[in-house]
Amino acid sequence: MKVSTKWLNEYVNVADLKPEELAEKIERTAVEVDGTSRQETGLKKIVVGHTLKVEQHPNADHLHVCQVDVGEDEPYQIVCGAPNIAADQKVIVALPNSRIAGNEKIKKGKMRGIVSMGMICALQEIGFPEAVVPQEYVNGIYVLPDDAVPGDPVFKYLGMDEDIIDVDITPNRADMLSMRGVAREVGAMYDRPVNLPEISVKEDDGVKVDSLLSVAADEQVAPTYLTRVIRNVRVAPSPLWLQIRLWNAGIRPVNNVVDATNYALLEYGQPLHAFDYNEIAGKQLTVRQAQEGESLTTLDGTERKLKTGDVVVADANEVVALAGIMGGARTAVTNDTADVVLEAAVFNPTAIRKTSRRENLHTEAAMRFERGINQAAVVAALDAAAQLIMTNANGQVAQGILEATRHTATDVTVTVSLQRINDVLGTKLTATEVTAIFKRLGFTVTEKAGTFTVNIPPFRWDISLPADLIEEVARIYGYDNLPATLPVGATTPGARTPKQRFIRSIRQALQEAGLDQAISYGLTTATKAQRFMFASATATELAFPMSSDRTTARMNLLSGLLDDAAYNVHRKVQDVALYEQGRVFLGDGEHVRPQEVEHVAGVLTGLFRQPGWNQPKQPVDFYVVKGIVEHLLRQLGISGERYVSVSSHAEMHPGRTADVYVGETFVGFVGEVYPDIAKENHLKRTYVFELDVDALFHLPKDEQQYTAVSKFPEVTRDIALAVRTDVTNEQLTQCIVKNGGAHLTDVRLFDVYQGDKMAPGMKSLAYTLVYRDPTKTLVDEDVNRSFNKIVRKLQDEFDVEVR
Amino acid sequence: MDLTTQLEQLRDEGLGAVQEATELKQLNEIRVHFLGKKGPITAVLRGMKEIDPAERPQVGKFANEVRDALQQAIAAKQDELETAQMAAKLEKETLDVTLPGTPVKTGTPHVLQQIIDEIEELFLGMGYQVVNGPEVEEEHYNFEMMNLPKDHPARDMQDTFYITKDILMRTQTSPVQARTLEKHDFSQGPLKMISPGKVYRRDTDDATHSHQFHQIEGLVVDRHITMADLKGTLQLLARKMFGADRNIRMRPSYFPFTEPSAEVDVSCFKCNGQGCAVCKQTGWIEVLGAGMVHPNVLSMAGVDPEEYGGFAFGLGPDRFAMLKYGVDDIRNFYLNDERFLKQFARKG
Repeated sequence: MKVSTKWLNEYVNVADLKPEELAEKIERTAVEVDGTSRQETGLKKIVVGHTLKVEQHPNADHLHVCQVDVGEDEPYQIVCGAPNIAADQKVIVALPNSRIAGNEKIKKGKMRGIVSMGMICALQEIGFPEAVVPQEYVNGIYVLPDDAVPGDPVFKYLGMDEDIIDVDITPNRADMLSMRGVAREVGAMYDRPVNLPEISVKEDDGVKVDSLLSVAADEQVAPTYLTRVIRNVRVAPSPLWLQIRLWNAGIRPVNNVVDATNYALLEYGQPLHAFDYNEIAGKQLTVRQAQEGESLTTLDGTERKLKTGDVVVADANEVVALAGIMGGARTAVTNDTADVVLEAAVFNPTAIRKTSRRENLHTEAAMRFERGINQAAVVAALDAAAQLIMTNANGQVAQGILEATRHTATDVTVTVSLQRINDVLGTKLTATEVTAIFKRLGFTVTEKAGTFTVNIPPFRWDISLPADLIEEVARIYGYDNLPATLPVGATTPGARTPKQRFIRSIRQALQEAGLDQAISYGLTTATKAQRFMFASATATELAFPMSSDRTTARMNLLSGLLDDAAYNVHRKVQDVALYEQGRVFLGDGEHVRPQEVEHVAGVLTGLFRQPGWNQPKQPVDFYVVKGIVEHLLRQLGISGERYVSVSSHAEMHPGRTADVYVGETFVGFVGEVYPDIAKENHLKRTYVFELDVDALFHLPKDEQQYTAVSKFPEVTRDIALAVRTDVTNEQLTQCIVKNGGAHLTDVRLFDVYQGDKMAPGMKSLAYTLVYRDPTKTLVDEDVNRSFNKIVRKLQDEFDVEVR
Repeated sequence: MDLTTQLEQLRDEGLGAVQEATELKQLNEIRVHFLGKKGPITAVLRGMKEIDPAERPQVGKFANEVRDALQQAIAAKQDELETAQMAAKLEKETLDVTLPGTPVKTGTPHVLQQIIDEIEELFLGMGYQVVNGPEVEEEHYNFEMMNLPKDHPARDMQDTFYITKDILMRTQTSPVQARTLEKHDFSQGPLKMISPGKVYRRDTDDATHSHQFHQIEGLVVDRHITMADLKGTLQLLARKMFGADRNIRMRPSYFPFTEPSAEVDVSCFKCNGQGCAVCKQTGWIEVLGAGMVHPNVLSMAGVDPEEYGGFAFGLGPDRFAMLKYGVDDIRNFYLNDERFLKQFARKG
């Protein structure tokens, strides 16, 4: 809502306030302010001109050479290309060295060989948005009233010297969607009297309205439906003062009838509509729900197919208006209109909202009906518009208001205690202070034993609860004046849950391992959502996605991480090491709401470690990623996991992927991404893991328990084994551990070799076996016995050759 | 040549040799040569029995003096040579200390996570619990229970990703308020919680809009909670996140689930309230929304609004991070460019 302080000043004195000051007060007391402005700001040397002579340009068909009186001794010669230029017009002249909209400078120049001392301007050229420029001037220059004085700056003639405060009304403060509402609020803020003139209309037609028209309305959809008829109007542009008020509020002036309805809308917040009386079939209007199959061409020229539930106004033949949203084209007021039906109503907000949303037709009227209007001002707004039409269009107002339905708005009474107010706000206000605040707001209030009984007039229909009144007190008292304290009361322990701590440990461990935390999008494509899954699940899909990239809730984290990796690689960041901890959304096919399962995943590509002057580069490979998973599980107190080679994940390399089990529990997988999937993302070899955090959380954890550190030294033996390539490290290690005896405490693989020096189909694995006895120093014999047994068993089971 | 003269000669010879010695090995040879069991001084002492017994003590004493002198000289020289040797060794080991150290590879927590963690720490310290709620939410909790009935005009403020007409991607973390209120046992004390998490809006992504972002909801419900408590709590939050000398101001606003409601601004940390580009010349930056819990929210969750009241607030870690670190494009948070993520590696 754009508020002109000049207009506002007619209702409440704000002349002594700087607009910025007033804006800040509004912002701190009522609603946000988008900004203050004055349209003349930044413009200079733009004056009234009088076209004394207008002649055809000798060298150009569409140009005219004008002699323009700009208040100087000699007229200025200005070349003008506007189609509506004519002699004896008062026009807007940008003089040489002037500045027009967009900070553009106008200089003396030549146009097709003829000197031009400036420019004759259209409204758009001096900063008017095209949407508010009267239709007849959209494609040409603007013509000022005859009494404009040549040489005067144009700003005051066009209302460009008014300060405009653009207030951003929250849905609860629709009462401020009118000048009168804003005035009431400003009056309350500053504790200043508000002067809202009463309106009365002079009914000067001998004819009674009910002899001209009949109306009917469904009370459910239109609790109030009133009309007046104004006859013998002469449709013409409105006086300039009225046009200024409209365009300064962002509304385009149309004619003296339509403008009157818009003026009343701005003043009272009451949307009105004017019909051409002579276009109304059967001289009857009915407000009802639309029937399926009906249609209406609205004022904007769009044909709209109506649906049941749309509230419409119909004449004897057809629908003539989309009630409360936009009128129909056929019954619109035109230059030929002689008689006018003026409608003021209250329509059902829900119905208006539904229709305006569906039709994407968010008009000033619809916006107000959706949020509610001051039901006590319907008649006043109707009369104000009627009076304006009478004055400006020389119409005659028929006797009486024709009423189909009429809801009488009454005050709402709310009680609230002083104690309650102070308890909620943390203040020590007195009854006198609170009473004063209510009075400033225009409420009537009585106080008895600390309880206020407050009567709230219909102009503040947003207030119905004690909490609403408390808010009013807080606002007017000033949020700035509230003390700042901390809650007192029973203390509570502040602690994270075990699950929250577990997740933090995961993040910590992965950061230690060198992975950066990523946060990716939870919504992705249907295809990506369903990749890398542990088990089948139903996808959760948006009903109306915004883009094809974000249609489905993710069921894995890796797709998002691959997007991230691709984004990096695309921007020439070749080395990526990211992890993400977040939720996946697994539907069970029965319930719409999926299970939200916490996962953690990592993606690595390129180099894990850059080459340095003192160390070689380390490319990412399977074992780097596996090492990270192992580190993570150790940090979480989970051990004894198994890595089972798996070729069934469609998105993973069949020879380089392992499912991870702890005991019998599947917890996720680790491996290399299938080349096609990597390629799709322009990635080279890419290694990933994804684990189920919920599954990990529920696993038993290793106890943290002290055991005495052995005083006796460890003994080590190295063993190198030549073995067939299909024998796994796990098989060998298990055999060694199983047969190692009580003192074998560790088996460390320190070399793997497969190549020229080995026979085909053979590889070499070398282990260090670590022996320790916590009770004594081991002697060779003890170790040899175990070692020999291990060798024997390895030979028996795997046909190894000890190298 | 008498013994004394011999000893003098030996002493001078010995000391001279020690003086000339340049290596420890040489010095050791000198020691063995002069002081060894088969050495000349021992031989002199062995010849004592052949001299006048009256002279013996004197000669003996002198012989000991010579030996001591040599021993001391050798020890001193040894010290000297060892020091020199060590110095030479260390000299050879000299490194170019300007060569870079071996890099330690560690990962960085996401900047949004850091903001969330920081806020969590503050509120955990004040006795709040951290509560997580579902991201795919029932409309009932996301809207109805937040006092936003169907067809409420305020629903226009949030464009929603619906799954079905009853299920949606939550547009705010506020539904966690309702879920927690429903379950809370007030006989066990007040409810003090924060709830961080992802939220979704039907928005087109650009520099300042994201269809996914984060929120942290805060809620305190007890018998005597005041708007002044809200103000004090938010002041603490603002100072923790934006610096100790920050002020806040509250402006009236509208949220269906609070009444009174407030937008909260923090005094600009760039210009200290003087007015700059960051605060758009106002001296204030809008950072969060808050208010006193609407009685309808309490009663719908089964809490008697006559007995209990409270405050709630909601803030955006994305916005906090953008303000705090001058991040100018919200999409940075979700594209995970390593060069972006690594910028926030500093701890503390």
